[in-house]
Amino acid sequence: MTKLLVIAEHDNAGLKAVTLNAVAAAQKIGGEIHVLVAGSGCVAVAAAAAKIAGVAQVRLADAEHYAEQTPENVAILVQAQAAGYSHILAAATGMGKNLLPRVAALLDVAQISEITAVVSPDTFVRPTYAGNAMATVQSADAIKVITARGTAFDAVAAEGGDAAIEAIAAAADLGLVRLIGREITQSARPELGAAKVIVSGGRGLGSREKFDEVLEPLADKLNAALGASRAAVDAGFVPNDYQVGQTGKIVAPSLYFAIGISGALQHLAGMKDSKVIVAINKDEDAPIFQVADYGLVADLFQAVPALIAELG
Amino acid sequence: MKILVPVKRVVDYNVKVRVKADGTGVDLANVKMSMNPFDEISLEEAVRLKEAGIATDVIAVSCGLPACQETLRTAMAIGADRGILVETAEDLQPLAVAKLIQAIAKKEQPQIVIFGKQAIDDDANQTGQMFAALMGWAQATFASKVALANGLATVTREIDGGAETVECKLPVVITSDLRLNEPRYATLPNIMKAKKKPLDVFKPADLGIDVTPRLTLVNIAEPPKRRAGIKVADVQQLVAKLRNEAKVI
Ligand SMILES: Cc1cc2nc3c(=O)[nH]c(=O)nc-3n(C[C@H](O)[C@H](O)[C@H](O)COP(=O)(O)OP(=O)(O)OC[C@H]3O[C@@H](n4cnc5c(N)ncnc54)[C@H](O)[C@@H]3O)c2cc1C
Repeated sequence: MTKLLVIAEHDNAGLKAVTLNAVAAAQKIGGEIHVLVAGSGCVAVAAAAAKIAGVAQVRLADAEHYAEQTPENVAILVQAQAAGYSHILAAATGMGKNLLPRVAALLDVAQISEITAVVSPDTFVRPTYAGNAMATVQSADAIKVITARGTAFDAVAAEGGDAAIEAIAAAADLGLVRLIGREITQSARPELGAAKVIVSGGRGLGSREKFDEVLEPLADKLNAALGASRAAVDAGFVPNDYQVGQTGKIVAPSLYFAIGISGALQHLAGMKDSKVIVAINKDEDAPIFQVADYGLVADLFQAVPALIAELG
Repeated sequence: MKILVPVKRVVDYNVKVRVKADGTGVDLANVKMSMNPFDEISLEEAVRLKEAGIATDVIAVSCGLPACQETLRTAMAIGADRGILVETAEDLQPLAVAKLIQAIAKKEQPQIVIFGKQAIDDDANQTGQMFAALMGWAQATFASKVALANGLATVTREIDGGAETVECKLPVVITSDLRLNEPRYATLPNIMKAKKKPLDVFKPADLGIDVTPRLTLVNIAEPPKRRAGIKVADVQQLVAKLRNEAKVI
């Protein structure tokens, strides 16, 4: 039976839910699924990975020099573990995108980015041109190194498995990079990638103060995550990790509000797979209305407070 | 200190591409081509490092068709000192490009190579990381701020939950994100000057690199079309629709 290795995404304390989507992609390919946990003091993560439905084995590399999971160090670990695996997968997150190309180059194989479907064990669908051209590609390499788009694969159950945890030897510490600081955006709201409802704002909000004042109450009311267009991020209304789009986050919630967002193709690339899209824009010709299920042509500064009132 | 900046010729970001009816690719006939926007940002950063007296030479490298010479001329108009084209008609995939840049880096011995974080055509987001692996260098990807001092690059990176700052030993690979800088426009005098700057051309075989694609394109298709819905008259109708028709609130 073929064996697949999924790289767990975690912060040493807990497993990130997107790992469940990567395991789901591995299941679509088929075979015995192992999960690699590389970190420091991350036994709890390995325990969580062992419970994932469908996982046969967890391989745990627990060493101080994996505390920050730098791609330089983790890539040589994955390279050392690669023998015997037909596929190596990770979620197409910032972390996965940083790591897997490095792994692929060390193995002298192609990397297949952000797949959205599995056609067969060597053939995959992936978006190109901001999602306007879906490419089906076939790999001739012995090991397929793949990142999977979370929104394209329904998460497997976090519970139900009972995999063995095997400790593995750490690879060398290359000492190329030192982390100086990390500023994680603090928010009590759901994560963009996991939220059922997203309220996104664009340049139309005009300022950071207005962005908060107008959109936060709506997000509160709907228990929504906040997102943004690139223009809103560039203008400093919100931090960079709010950006939805071709070169930001890819989301597919049940309900997406695009407020004061024109609908550039780079923005659409990140949200057009949402189940229901609502657009509020004062320009009736804004391209966002071409993908919106419900469009409201209105001044957002009046419409959004009225909407909040109507929601009761 | 030399800085190498790989630049890719891609379909302009304003163009919405059309998939060819026979599924063999996207229609590039009469489509405006430009430098990949992330590479413009990389180049701007390199030129600023030169203006700050930190870098001595900025070398732009492109891989692909002869038309990439235009992209290199643009790079030189923005401020690159010279250009290198690795000319081939082969469908270049990220691993092959990483190997070509590696071959150039061995000749040029740069201390910093600044890639764009992704090319807006294949959206792969791979080449910088692959090159870093081949060279055994540190990689500071998705950079929004770069500072150089004492043989170290201090780079702020955009990550999923926010931002982090890393300190990397040189030589280093940086990949630029949107917020790194705002690229300048090439001025007419600089466009004229760029025409006289040196541009060397190699073939992959000259560099001893096999660029045979590892992935075969089976087919390119349009994504499922999303149909435009309706315009609602007011927020009352919007809430009613969301509650009773879409049932999402
Ligand atoms: C390489 C590259 C990558 C990119 N990646 C991304 C990406 O990942 N994500 C992304 O979003 N963009 C991305 N972009 C940028 C993209 O091309 C657009 O510039 C951007 O999405 C525009 O943001 P916006 O809709 O907020 O602003 P604008 O296009 O300026 O639109 C503002 C909208 O607000 C409306 N408006 C203004 N005032 C009001 C009001 N009072 N009431 C109601 N409506 C109002 C206007 O009618 C307008 O439609 C990228 C661009 C490049 C070149």
